[in-house]
Amino acid sequence: MLNRTLNISTSPHITKGISTDVIMRNVVWALLPVAAFAVYAFGINALLVLITSVISCVLTEHYLCKFSKKESTITDWSAVITGLLLGLTLPPNFPLWMTFVGGVISMALGKFVFGGLGYNVFNPALVGRAVLQAAFPVAITTWSPAFLANRFSSISSSTLTFPFMEPSVDGMSGATPLAAFKFDQVATDASDLALGLISGSTGETCSLLILLGGIYLVARKMMNWRIPVSVLGTAFVFSGILYLVDNEVFPSPFFMLFSGGLMLGAVFMATDMVASPITPLGVWIYGGIIGLLVIVIRIWGGLPEGVMYAILLANAISPHIDNVIRPRVYGTSKSLKPS
Amino acid sequence: MGLFNFHRDTFKHGIHPPEQKRETNGLPIRQFPFAPVIVLPMVQHIGGPSEIVVREGQEVNRGQVLAKANGYVSVPIHAPVSGTIRKISNVPSISGKMVPGIYLEAFPSSSQEVMEGTPIDLDTATPDEILKGIQDAGIVGLGGAAFPTHVKLKVPEGKNCEILIINGIECEPYLTTDHRVMLEQADDILMGIKYLAKATGAKQTIIGIEANKTDAANHLKRMISDGDPVSVKVVPVKYPQGSEKMLITSILDREVPSGGLPIDVNIVVVNVATTAEIGRLLPHGRGIQERVITITGPGVKKKGNYLIPIGTPLRYVLEQVGVEENISEVYMGGPMMGVAVSNLDISIVKGTSGIVVFTEKEVKKAPKVYPCIKCGACVDACPIFLNPSKLGILAKFEAYDSMAEDYHLMDCFECGSCSYVCPSNIPLVQYFRLSKSIVRKRKQVTTNAK
Repeated sequence: MLNRTLNISTSPHITKGISTDVIMRNVVWALLPVAAFAVYAFGINALLVLITSVISCVLTEHYLCKFSKKESTITDWSAVITGLLLGLTLPPNFPLWMTFVGGVISMALGKFVFGGLGYNVFNPALVGRAVLQAAFPVAITTWSPAFLANRFSSISSSTLTFPFMEPSVDGMSGATPLAAFKFDQVATDASDLALGLISGSTGETCSLLILLGGIYLVARKMMNWRIPVSVLGTAFVFSGILYLVDNEVFPSPFFMLFSGGLMLGAVFMATDMVASPITPLGVWIYGGIIGLLVIVIRIWGGLPEGVMYAILLANAISPHIDNVIRPRVYGTSKSLKPS
Repeated sequence: MGLFNFHRDTFKHGIHPPEQKRETNGLPIRQFPFAPVIVLPMVQHIGGPSEIVVREGQEVNRGQVLAKANGYVSVPIHAPVSGTIRKISNVPSISGKMVPGIYLEAFPSSSQEVMEGTPIDLDTATPDEILKGIQDAGIVGLGGAAFPTHVKLKVPEGKNCEILIINGIECEPYLTTDHRVMLEQADDILMGIKYLAKATGAKQTIIGIEANKTDAANHLKRMISDGDPVSVKVVPVKYPQGSEKMLITSILDREVPSGGLPIDVNIVVVNVATTAEIGRLLPHGRGIQERVITITGPGVKKKGNYLIPIGTPLRYVLEQVGVEENISEVYMGGPMMGVAVSNLDISIVKGTSGIVVFTEKEVKKAPKVYPCIKCGACVDACPIFLNPSKLGILAKFEAYDSMAEDYHLMDCFECGSCSYVCPSNIPLVQYFRLSKSIVRKRKQVTTNAK
């Protein structure tokens, strides 16, 4: 036994054992209940959108790696997350071919051109969605109501639109609570919002399940709790102040918190580790910026919803936050000056 | 300190690796047999190598000086066993380099009586005489650093040692050396503290112990006589609390300035086993011949805490305790900061606090390295608040100057917490070790050019 050739390695010789693919897989687990509710609420259309977007993202990543003669990186599961997130932000009866295009754009433009996992500046799913929003402004704002009686038996005609064709609008469209408020000044009941009994993007409607997924990841130390707390906290406080100033014009902070994509964005999108700052103080600033921007866009902007742009903008600022905000090093009196 | 200090009694950040101390912390220290041939490298400490004063063929007695200190930052080496000097030549060392050394063949059955030198009398000796006594005893930091203790204890002009901290933290997983020493050598420790307090002029002594060794803490508390300015402080278990800087912050909430020493905040820290050695050796003027070592890990059959003569070849040690068929890696020290050994012909040295053997089961076959996903786990782990993620990226781009100047690379003491938590298995500490040596070399080049 003592004649064996011993291995050598550098210290430390033990590790915590939670690897990147394990973290990514757990994010997928945390998203599954949200996806399951989406399918329950919007039926077969939502299921098709989710499956299409996941397949599109995974295939795109796999083939991009192959074409650039690298080892395929789909085993780290991050492409699945992007696929799920993209699908969850799209309307339930979004045409599948557009969904597929969105997945390709997410992976190619949002991730691969930057150098793949770890190097993306923006949340890839949101890059894909931003392009879809610009390219297909009508399709991406055509919402179907939740809990239709025939949601498990019939596929919406818009879902199966042929590529490069305009989807037909099949008459049954429901306004999202934010759009209803912005354009028609109709407020939606807060409990309906929390439980997801509303129309909206595939996965943004059930705030409670989203929060549950977030709590699971925070408990497993796979998510920075400061991000959702700072995003939601800032949005709540800012809209709360506006509400106190004039509750005729401005919606209640609870409505703001539980409507639209804010919950999904704060818990699962803004928390993209790669595209968010790394220091605690930097994270608070980053989350604060998102929270403020969301409310500003929602109230004063031309769009009913502003989560996507708020996060993309904060993603762009994130590296600069890291450059400026540096923690004080042990044994030094003040933080280092930025280079 | 912030408004809400959640870090009472301990430093900020750090990690909680599995302790793995249960298997050996209840086993009393046992004397290890003498190896037939003892191999003594002359480089066992930081500083100048010891200068050999014996010749081949000479018979030496246990405790006799074999090599003397070659300067202030150096210590002598004593014969751990009576025997014959077989050979004076280069011997393998843990760094992989061959270093000057002595092969000492033990007498098979002579009385192993110990030669004694000039005793250092606690009451009459001056601080400088105590420091000289510590150097003559060949004492270096037994916690693993192996820095000559007398150098560390010398309070520079204009500085003042207010508090002496005895380091009984032992935060490395698996190791139980200091734990057993505190349980079994309390008298020596308390005697050593008297010498140390006199040498440094410290008015107060605090023994720092982690909460997984409360039996040792209670035992020491009982042994301290009333009126002695010595106290025991139990702190929560956390790695790397055994580092001087972290321990000072944990106990006294002071921060050692960047690039400075504990004495800059009026503190001197000494390892508990080193203290026991001082208390045992100085009253007799003896030199250090053996030390307590924990031999453990899944690959070891007879795990335990052993009193092993310095210079015992590692191969002999492992033969005596027995190892499993499928051993894969052997570490000198603990699994966090210890060094993997490739050659079993190296010997136990003064700084060896433990030997941990892992089998193929524990040693992961080259874990897959993912890109940094900026999860921030390393930032939350680093006890000195560096940004290992950023440093790792800079190291990849070989931006060593930026690492040192903008991101405090040189403050890193290589505790390994960042690598431990990294989900992408990035060998951060390895990067930093390399980068530090490059920065040091560059600095040397520029000073030489001037």
